[in-house]
Amino acid sequence: MEQPNLSYLTSLSEGDKEFEKKLIQIIKSEFPGEYKLYKQNIEHKNYLKASENVHKLKHKISILGLEKSYAIASEFEISLKEKEDDFLKGEFEKIMQIITDYLMNL
Amino acid sequence: MNCIIIDDENTARAIINQLCTKVSNLNVVEEFSNAIQAIKYLNQNEVDLIFLDIHMPDFSGFDFIQTLKSPPKIILTTSDSKFAIDAFEYDCIVDYLVKPILLPRFEKAIQKAQSVSKKAKTNINQDKVEQASGNELYVNIDRRLIKIDIPSIYLIEAKGDYILVKTEDKNYTVHSTLKKIEEKLPTNLFLKVHRSFIINVTKIVDIEDNSVLIKKDVIPVSRSSRPELMNRLNLL
Repeated sequence: MEQPNLSYLTSLSEGDKEFEKKLIQIIKSEFPGEYKLYKQNIEHKNYLKASENVHKLKHKISILGLEKSYAIASEFEISLKEKEDDFLKGEFEKIMQIITDYLMNL
Repeated sequence: MNCIIIDDENTARAIINQLCTKVSNLNVVEEFSNAIQAIKYLNQNEVDLIFLDIHMPDFSGFDFIQTLKSPPKIILTTSDSKFAIDAFEYDCIVDYLVKPILLPRFEKAIQKAQSVSKKAKTNINQDKVEQASGNELYVNIDRRLIKIDIPSIYLIEAKGDYILVKTEDKNYTVHSTLKKIEEKLPTNLFLKVHRSFIINVTKIVDIEDNSVLIKKDVIPVSRSSRPELMNRLNLL
């Protein structure tokens, strides 16, 4: 499975370490809450709300350079809108775990 | 250019803010995590440009645009490319950026916004001449500005790149759009009843299910316009 990286962030910062630090901090603080909301909505079968959560998380996935994972998340977002709790859920949650682990070690 | 950022995601706002620092003459004056706060701000303040996220809970970017009477230039920011076609519906939208936004693409969007500003400035004088000063509207036909008495207009029809303006005395073919002329007309007299027709509601002869008779012209009424048309009538 592909691994997160900071290449987008460094291209954006152009060496501005303060900005890099700030953005990592924002992602670290925002990501767990968004993922928690997703899990709650899945648990309560609020699939439309869960798709909105996936939409937001998708941006973080792209920032961390996870292109294939982004495609999976996009498909999963659509299937949730159609109220389908399908096999992509497992794939998506694996991606979330990879990001969680990565952010913990940043 | 003074700009604001509207995005419910903190990460997205931080990134756009950073991108703005890379462009000269671009000043972020405020950031908002929801559109309602931004509407309140825009009621009191003017800005040149808005970076607007489409996909926000409760109140989407498109809902937000519809609340603005004279919106500034808007650059849409989104994780979905599927809304691009909808964006063409709005004259104020100058570009559409798909996240994650890269600097070269961002710079291009700003250039577009700046070139729209320059065009708008050069058009200001022309617009002033053409603007209705009361009951008059000046239209440009064959390089002549011709005065039309607004209440005498009973029908305007879209014809490709032109509009046909029908008045009591004469008809005029003008190089313009229904949208542009609609902005110049008093809303109490005129109503767009179909994507190709604006009528003067005081000139209606009769109404039948999905059409209206104006003078001798039978004009279709779209389903979405019918409630507003019925509201305008003094029904017994």
